[in-house]
Amino acid sequence: MPAINKIVLDPLSDNNPITVQMLGICSALAVTAQLPTAFTMSIAVTLVLCGSNTIISLLRNVIPPKIRMIVQMVVIASLVILVDQCLKAFAYEISKQLSVFVGLIITNCIVMGRAEAFAMANPPKESFLDGLGNGLGYSAILIIVAFVRELLGAGSLFGKQVLPDSYPGNGLMVIAPGAFVIIGLLIWLQRSITKKYEEA
Amino acid sequence: MKDIKKLIEEKHDSVRSLFEKGGKFEKWYPLFEAQDTFALTPPDTTKGMTHVRDAVDLKRVMFTVVVALIPCLLWGMFNAGSQYYHYSGIETNLFATLFRGAWIVMPIVLVSYIVGGIWEVAFAVIRKHEINEGFLVTGLLFPLTLPPTIALWQVAVGISFGVVVGKEVFGGTGFNILNPALTARAYLFFAHAKDMTGEVWAAAKDGATGATPLGLGASFGGEGLNVTDALADRGFTFGSMLWGLEPGSIGETSAIAVVIGAAILIISGVGSWRIMAGGCAGLAAAGVLMNLLPSEVMFEGEMVKATTWTNVPFFYHFVMGSFLFGIVFMATDPVSAAATNTGKWIYGVLIGVVTVLVRVLNPGFPEGVMLAILFMNVMAPMIDYYVVQAHIKNRNANLRKFTYAKG
Repeated sequence: MPAINKIVLDPLSDNNPITVQMLGICSALAVTAQLPTAFTMSIAVTLVLCGSNTIISLLRNVIPPKIRMIVQMVVIASLVILVDQCLKAFAYEISKQLSVFVGLIITNCIVMGRAEAFAMANPPKESFLDGLGNGLGYSAILIIVAFVRELLGAGSLFGKQVLPDSYPGNGLMVIAPGAFVIIGLLIWLQRSITKKYEEA
Repeated sequence: MKDIKKLIEEKHDSVRSLFEKGGKFEKWYPLFEAQDTFALTPPDTTKGMTHVRDAVDLKRVMFTVVVALIPCLLWGMFNAGSQYYHYSGIETNLFATLFRGAWIVMPIVLVSYIVGGIWEVAFAVIRKHEINEGFLVTGLLFPLTLPPTIALWQVAVGISFGVVVGKEVFGGTGFNILNPALTARAYLFFAHAKDMTGEVWAAAKDGATGATPLGLGASFGGEGLNVTDALADRGFTFGSMLWGLEPGSIGETSAIAVVIGAAILIISGVGSWRIMAGGCAGLAAAGVLMNLLPSEVMFEGEMVKATTWTNVPFFYHFVMGSFLFGIVFMATDPVSAAATNTGKWIYGVLIGVVTVLVRVLNPGFPEGVMLAILFMNVMAPMIDYYVVQAHIKNRNANLRKFTYAKG
């Protein structure tokens, strides 16, 4: 079994769910135009990941292998609905901006992937940490992308104007393709630092 | 003259050891090498047996493209100047017009070359490869696709994006999937849309603006006017647009200047005539098809007049906007275009068709040639793949027939 700190730290860089495994790209494009939405989304996904990994790991010995996907789906969907309801109750404005993307956490490949790849084969404590690590890895990328997009796109951070008024804005950063460019540059940066390349 | 050249060469060679491996300025070898190949004759020649010995190398290919661009550049300067005076309401002579045009255009070209060149050298030094002549073309193509009123900082940001994201990220010249100059333009187009499209400013004075014929045509069509007549009222006849006295991006307004460039590229064998011919055929065919669209459409149970923009004669599409410039100089980039002969036809035709589709049917973008070329750049490897597969399949079928006949 991998060492505890490796479980948490690995997904932050060497095995990052977005920049290395290329999962969860859809939400990374959709919610990163501004920092507040990216921040909320990060928390939501991390909570769902920790919860689903722990619950599935607890159930792993009683889930019949043939229907394991359905069971995982039910657990994940219940958690996502719970998070969605909490957001609607306590942070209505942000939940309106996030619109369907909270509900779409159900289909986020990171959640399903960790359940299938890790939680089904490991005890609850490690599974929880694995969920936490992956959630943080996802959050790190989301927040970096949102930081760059909001700063360059609107000249603001968390809705507060930081660049001078003469800053003309940048239309590319406001639309989703801007996130593609930023994620691509992040991958480039990360790989040239870690020197880990995937050659076909 | 000869002596001076010799003197320079001797001086140059005397410092060679400083730049070579183990030398004091080893890091800056790419700069030394660039000067060597560009201005002088490098001492290293092909020695192996398996090389094709040809006078035409990458440097000469790229330089031919630069020469082919000169008519467009000169006309672009003249047009920029004449538009400037036209919208300022000043009558003036040819010399003053050219001078004013150069005053507007040259800074844009210089910024593009200098900023792009700095990136090029930076990557050459870090990655230890040679500075590539390809940048001579990119650095000139990019400013020619910009409106003359573009801010210089935008030129700098655009060319940086084009060189870094369009080319160096993929490994430098020869590895880019997209045309770097168009990538740079696409960046500015989406990042600073209001400075790049629609009402392209013809004169940087008193807020005088002149919309391009394409932008005007789309809005006339929306109003249900006869587009060609309405354009002629504004002074944009087929003839005037053929010469290119209209607001637009610097290099693209004159069809005649582009055709001169195309002739140079085709005669020298540098640009693919198949791509150019395919593109023109696709544009004409799609233009004719657009004319067949009904002038009225059923909308919520009522007959509504559709835009008359679809009725514009197909030959207008050649002189309006920058289709010719794009298909001649951008689409023929050998790195990002299709490589097989059949593939070049398909690639060219589809660029023409997509250009018309974006121009006429998409109200969001008045001009479609940039998007069409970038889209087909992405598709080019797939076109080549299927062309090669079809070829193999054909050959295999014949092979089987042949063996049966024998046996």
